[in-house]
Amino acid sequence: MENTREVLRIVAVGHVDHGKSTVIGRLLYDTKSLPEGAIDKVKRIAKETGKPFEYAYLLDAFEEEQKQGITIDTTSLQFHTDKRDYVIIDAPGHVEFLKNMITGAASAEAALLIIDAKEGIQEQSKRHGYILSLLGIKQVCVVVNKMDLIDYNQEKFNVIKSQMNAFLKNLNVHPMSYIPISAFLGENLTTKSEKLSWYSGETVLEALDLFSQEEGLEEKSLRFPIQDVYKFDNRRIIAGRIEAGSLNVGDEILISPSNRTTKVKSIEAFVEKDRVDTVSAGMSVGITFEDEFFNKRGEVISHIKNAPIVADLFKTNIFWMGKNNFVKGKKYKIKLVTQEVECEIVAFNKVIDASTLGTYVDALEAKTNDVAEVTIRTKEKICFDKFAENQNTGRFVIVDGYDVCGGGIISGTVESTEVIETSFSKDEVKLPINCFDEYYFDIKALAIKRKLIKGTQYKIGDNVPFLGESYEYTKDFDVIALNASLVAKIRNGKLIDVLAVADYSYQNLVIINEKGFGINLTSEKDLSSYIDDYKEGINEIFANKWLDFIKYRIIEFRDIVEEILEYEI
Amino acid sequence: MDHLDALEAESIFILRESYKKLGKLGMLWSIGKDSTVLLWLSKKAFFGHSPFPFIHVDTKHKIPAMIEYRDKIAKEFNIDLIVHTNQEAIDSGMGPDHGRLICCKALKTDGLQQVVTNYEFDGLILGIRSDEEGSRSKERIFSERNKDSEWDYTNQAPELWDQFKTDFPKGNHIRVHPILHWNEIDIWTYIQRENIPLIDLYFAKNGERYRSLGCAECTGKIKSNAVTIDQIIEELKHTTTGERAGRAQDQEDSYAMQKLRKDGYM
Repeated sequence: MENTREVLRIVAVGHVDHGKSTVIGRLLYDTKSLPEGAIDKVKRIAKETGKPFEYAYLLDAFEEEQKQGITIDTTSLQFHTDKRDYVIIDAPGHVEFLKNMITGAASAEAALLIIDAKEGIQEQSKRHGYILSLLGIKQVCVVVNKMDLIDYNQEKFNVIKSQMNAFLKNLNVHPMSYIPISAFLGENLTTKSEKLSWYSGETVLEALDLFSQEEGLEEKSLRFPIQDVYKFDNRRIIAGRIEAGSLNVGDEILISPSNRTTKVKSIEAFVEKDRVDTVSAGMSVGITFEDEFFNKRGEVISHIKNAPIVADLFKTNIFWMGKNNFVKGKKYKIKLVTQEVECEIVAFNKVIDASTLGTYVDALEAKTNDVAEVTIRTKEKICFDKFAENQNTGRFVIVDGYDVCGGGIISGTVESTEVIETSFSKDEVKLPINCFDEYYFDIKALAIKRKLIKGTQYKIGDNVPFLGESYEYTKDFDVIALNASLVAKIRNGKLIDVLAVADYSYQNLVIINEKGFGINLTSEKDLSSYIDDYKEGINEIFANKWLDFIKYRIIEFRDIVEEILEYEI
Repeated sequence: MDHLDALEAESIFILRESYKKLGKLGMLWSIGKDSTVLLWLSKKAFFGHSPFPFIHVDTKHKIPAMIEYRDKIAKEFNIDLIVHTNQEAIDSGMGPDHGRLICCKALKTDGLQQVVTNYEFDGLILGIRSDEEGSRSKERIFSERNKDSEWDYTNQAPELWDQFKTDFPKGNHIRVHPILHWNEIDIWTYIQRENIPLIDLYFAKNGERYRSLGCAECTGKIKSNAVTIDQIIEELKHTTTGERAGRAQDQEDSYAMQKLRKDGYM
């Protein structure tokens, strides 16, 4: 029977022009999954536009996609093998459409990562690999396409294989196979290629059949987020989808975060044939309770043992898709299962360029397509699990304005309930600083180390610690923070103002940056060249020209310096 | 849970999400198999109740049996039905002889736009499926339309992990697509499993049947002897023609549906 056949969702990802749509188009063609007329239509369009025939046009339905030869938005198509049915999702490879790639990939259970044999590993090959790891897609097969362009050369294939493997290993992604193919010529796609006789592994189609369906959500602890409460008739039905575990009539349950307990009185159904006493993960259900409380959307039902974590502070890995940068201090909306609450970033622990794995420390924002490790605080406590323990309740999206702009997974909670970074603030304006951190020379480690001070928020009128063990700024100084485009003024040991760099004019005082390094400025003219040079970013040329580490600091020796790297008390 | 259970659960989750989050809501019901499945799913989602009205955009060119069937089912299921016609266009003699795409735009797209404006809907639930044709395969489950019902398909918002677009400026509306991931065979298998009442135009008479329903002039029959759902499913497993091959408006231009749908066509 058709309805008992298994369906697996797979996504094709990789750099632009490496042939994702061609792989899928050819796969559909070879498995005879295309309706009559589809090929004719593509041939007609190719003729009309004066372009050669492309299998990719079978998927790239939009006029803009066919005319420009790129995939703009994700498409899904269905085909089947003897083993099961497939939904194959084509994701765009152009960096501009990363949000569409993520939309497509987020619903997949397995992935084909496609790399052009001639071009080799490119920026999006890596970035997409990283995204797969954040989406929790563990079943990956790397397909090296266009082998015909490198004369089916085994050595070149092996170089790509070992480079990609090294990259993915760092992300804890372990591909099940690396397959050399030519999608356009149909080599190793559905049938073994004679030209690639040195390769003894499976074809792409065989590799797909080796993927398995994710199982085991039913065996996890019960998580039933309330989606809505219905009172259409005399029943008071708690509606929602069971995200994990299973639930029986008569079970004692806990409702978080309100922390109330009751028993399941009934499981409701519209038609008699659907009436059951047990429901489990994946089902959209409605139940009634023995006790009637005021319940609302967002509360999470679990068994009394193995309840979800309830907290307002947690560490996450996020990917950012928004046009505007993801910044500290701004209010966003977080959506996690059916919960929605205001949140803000309290610390950027690390911002990562996903295409190189290069990291920026001390970042104040994540830009479009960056990935980052951030600590998030929600306005109210919410229920969740660590992503490693439960994918459905361990992931969330961030809404900025009207759009979902970021997605993330929760890696853990922060032990302390209070995380404060050091900052100067005036009304809503906040300038994060490290200038009161101490630096020492660690004799054993033979290295200069930084010790963070306890986080404090200084407001207008507050006394600031202008004299530390390793620095002295005097009672009157200015802090110019170009990363935040803000300046703070300290007079007579007190914070008196925080203003935009644009509104600031040069003062003949001690001038430091937010990290406490002296800035070599002696005039208003210097100030504007300093700002101009910063636009190129901080590098050694900039730092050596403008900054002076020990202008207002001394480096003392210490036997041991314990570095504190988190902003925790 | 089998594949159909999973599709049903997803669709119910989407319907409940739209009811909770979208303010004023209506469901488009075209009398065809897909939107009738949707009607059934909404009964299941809300335990036999219909917390929003159903809308039929009547082009006055529909196959007459459809209208008869519509009124019968609306009564049987006790649904609140809004029937709307772009009367101005009908009065001016609009029909497929003016050009099929022009006619679809006037009677269907503009008719629908009038409903959205008149009733100030924030959300419209539609029974489109991604396997029907190319531009539908590019859709989101919650898909935003501006105040003129236009679809900015080159810049769609991300949609992941069933977190849908529920924030949008006043005046825009969301098209909700609860059965986007179902295919034609899923629909038929589900109709059979759930014993959903269906108009008999889909079943063969004199060696012909309708595979997709629309306006009388622009909807063709296919050759078929399938008189039961089992026979229809068997036929579909072996067919090599597209579901909408009999829908004349689709064939008007290589990008006909994309163009129609950009302007707000369902």
